[in-house]
Amino acid sequence: MTRKQKRLSVIGGALVFLAAATGLTFYALGQRTSYFYMPADLAAATIAPGERIRLGGLVGKGSIVRGQGTEVTFAVTDAAATVKVAYAGILPDLFREEQGVVTEGTFTPDGTFRADSVLAKHDETYMPKEVADSLKEQGLWQHNE
Amino acid sequence: MTVEVGHFALVLALALALVQSVAPLIGARIGDQRLMAMGAPTALAGFAAVALAFAALVAAYVGSDFSVANVWENSHSAKPLLYKFTGTWGNHEGSMLLWVLILAFFGALVAIAGRNLPPSLRANVLAVQGTIGVAFLLFILLTSNPFVRIDPAPLEGRDLNPILQDVGLAIHPPLLYLGYVGFSISFAFAVAALIEGRIDAAWARWVRPWTLVAWIFLTGGIAMGSYWAYYELGWGGFWFWDPVENASFLPWLAGTALLHSAIVMERRSALKIWTVLLAILTFSLSLLGTFLVRSGVLTSVHAFATDPARGVFILAILAIFIGGALALFALRAGSLSAGGLFHPVSREGALVLNNLFLSTATATVLIGTLYPLLVEAVSGDKISVGAPFFNMTFGPLMVPLLLAVPFGPLLAWKRGDLSAVSQRLFAAFALALAVVLLTLLFVDRAGVFAAIGFGLAAWLVLGAATDLVLKSGLPGVTMRTALARLSGLPRSVFGTALAHAGLGVTLLGIVSVTSLQVEHFQVMKPGERAELADFVLTFDGLTPYRGPNFVDERGHFTVLRGGAPAGDMWSAKRVYTARQMPTTEAGIRTYGFGQLYVSLGDATADGGIVVRAWWKPLVTLIWFGAVLMMAGGTLSLLDRRLRVGAPAPRKAARKPAEATT
Repeated sequence: MTRKQKRLSVIGGALVFLAAATGLTFYALGQRTSYFYMPADLAAATIAPGERIRLGGLVGKGSIVRGQGTEVTFAVTDAAATVKVAYAGILPDLFREEQGVVTEGTFTPDGTFRADSVLAKHDETYMPKEVADSLKEQGLWQHNE
Repeated sequence: MTVEVGHFALVLALALALVQSVAPLIGARIGDQRLMAMGAPTALAGFAAVALAFAALVAAYVGSDFSVANVWENSHSAKPLLYKFTGTWGNHEGSMLLWVLILAFFGALVAIAGRNLPPSLRANVLAVQGTIGVAFLLFILLTSNPFVRIDPAPLEGRDLNPILQDVGLAIHPPLLYLGYVGFSISFAFAVAALIEGRIDAAWARWVRPWTLVAWIFLTGGIAMGSYWAYYELGWGGFWFWDPVENASFLPWLAGTALLHSAIVMERRSALKIWTVLLAILTFSLSLLGTFLVRSGVLTSVHAFATDPARGVFILAILAIFIGGALALFALRAGSLSAGGLFHPVSREGALVLNNLFLSTATATVLIGTLYPLLVEAVSGDKISVGAPFFNMTFGPLMVPLLLAVPFGPLLAWKRGDLSAVSQRLFAAFALALAVVLLTLLFVDRAGVFAAIGFGLAAWLVLGAATDLVLKSGLPGVTMRTALARLSGLPRSVFGTALAHAGLGVTLLGIVSVTSLQVEHFQVMKPGERAELADFVLTFDGLTPYRGPNFVDERGHFTVLRGGAPAGDMWSAKRVYTARQMPTTEAGIRTYGFGQLYVSLGDATADGGIVVRAWWKPLVTLIWFGAVLMMAGGTLSLLDRRLRVGAPAPRKAARKPAEATT
């Protein structure tokens, strides 16, 4: 091979690699991302059972019910709608009624949301950004209430 | 009074930084020695001024001066002294001041250690450093002033966020910032080289140790942050692919690439333009990280109170520095002379491969981190990109890179012999393969991926060992000669081997925890037992405990391992009284390299408590490997050739002339 051919084959190899990496990245972005919804958005959206989404809102007042063992259910609510969420595990330290929360999981066929993670806050004045934005849109948010 | 002195010192530092950013630059442009010489004293004085400001803030914190708004918001008189001290940077304003302090510190180091640099290069480097200082000092003074007073002064402070009341806060942010900000030196050197339109091997000899210093600190900062989150959050995870974690991981990946390309540039004068670009990108990613963390535009498990308005200011800084540096690069890169040629199969080729993979991995992580912002801006949809995305993209990119790592140090410069190197690595490869097979056969619950992971980890460690063994001349020589030869090798050879082995050790820990950890959930009443792996935990009950500024409900557990007593542990639910904020204090007990991890949940109606326990085999290797990488970096740094501040060899001064011919 001449020097030029060698150089071209090296550059070609690098380009093939980059193309593969780009393809993989965009495939993964299509497959492995989850959309964020507030309870009010769910009526308009069609979400298949089993599709992973993130559900955010406020924890409904008086809605936290402890079941058998580590099973907990609570309501995630905003002005317009309420969704029942089931979760098995230890809730974050700052999980409280009427506080912002983001949960991630899937809908079961009976309409309950089965969460496998509940986002913890580190700070009592911190509100997950998506929840804060949506609450502002709905006029439910007062800063530092 | 002290506080006003601090405020004044900060304004003074801004004035000094302005002089530092303008005078030497003009001096270098018009060739005026006196103007160029203004860089070093202003850098030193600027450091002194920022240090004074920082000391004033520390004094306000330690003395619990609640007339200062920042102290009132983040401190409490009952807080232990250590946390009063570390609380100085446990908030936005203080952490930005620490950022600038470290920037000024590095500026002063360049001023002192750079006496042997060509005067114009030194002047330009200090000017670029000064400009970064101006931007961040303005940011602090205009949007995040820690010295604002409140009148009347409150009697008691609102306390520091309890999660930050930990020795981790004393170590993690300073280490992380030493890493982040350390890359500003490589950046300043790159921009200075572009301003001068000239770059040579002496430049790389200067940039490499600085990059290495920053990289060592950043490695430590990330590892420390990971361990802190692991024990403090109480969920037992060590890495979440969270935006804030990615923000520190991005400059690390780019910095690792820079470290390797600088070697090629120093030794072979090749990859000059690429190295300059990487130096710019690495610090840009540090700035981006600062922006992501401080602005709160992305939802993170590690996010503390953030302020979007300040984000806009940092975004402007980001745009000016990254945009400016890249524009300069576009204008000037063409004038930099290309370097030496090499065969694709060679040490240089291997390092290029390393760079290709690392920069692609950086891009992947960057896309995953910023994609939610992009989607929200374009379509308004809110999405999250989590661990599944990164596992699917970052993982496959890393596997070939890790496979290639042991080949690199064995290949010759310029033109290597791949088949000869493969033969030399045959023993390591066979042993790694044996590890894969043994894992599959003898370790329960280990799947194919876990087995390959263990094999890969063994391959890295054995490959590093092979390199040292071969360089000692074994097996062809006696042990004595071999040892004599080893002691004659440059320290950087050991540094490389140690760092690469450390990578393998970290990988071993990660694979072990992700594939073999045992998790157990149980509601326990006093006297009940829980079994996981070969452990039996007996819950002895809860006892109250009162600390200086918190109250605990502590659960006591007695541990049996394989039927024999193996100690006991405490795990607590804690409430910090000032903020009425609950935290989980996980109980952790180390057995060998593995850890037993117990955290408490809520009490149930029938008098039990939710207990979540894990057995995490080899988990400590994750951080132990990082320590090995740091040790490798330090060894490399101690190499005579690279010593920071060492008088530049005479020939370095003559090199530019040779390089241009």
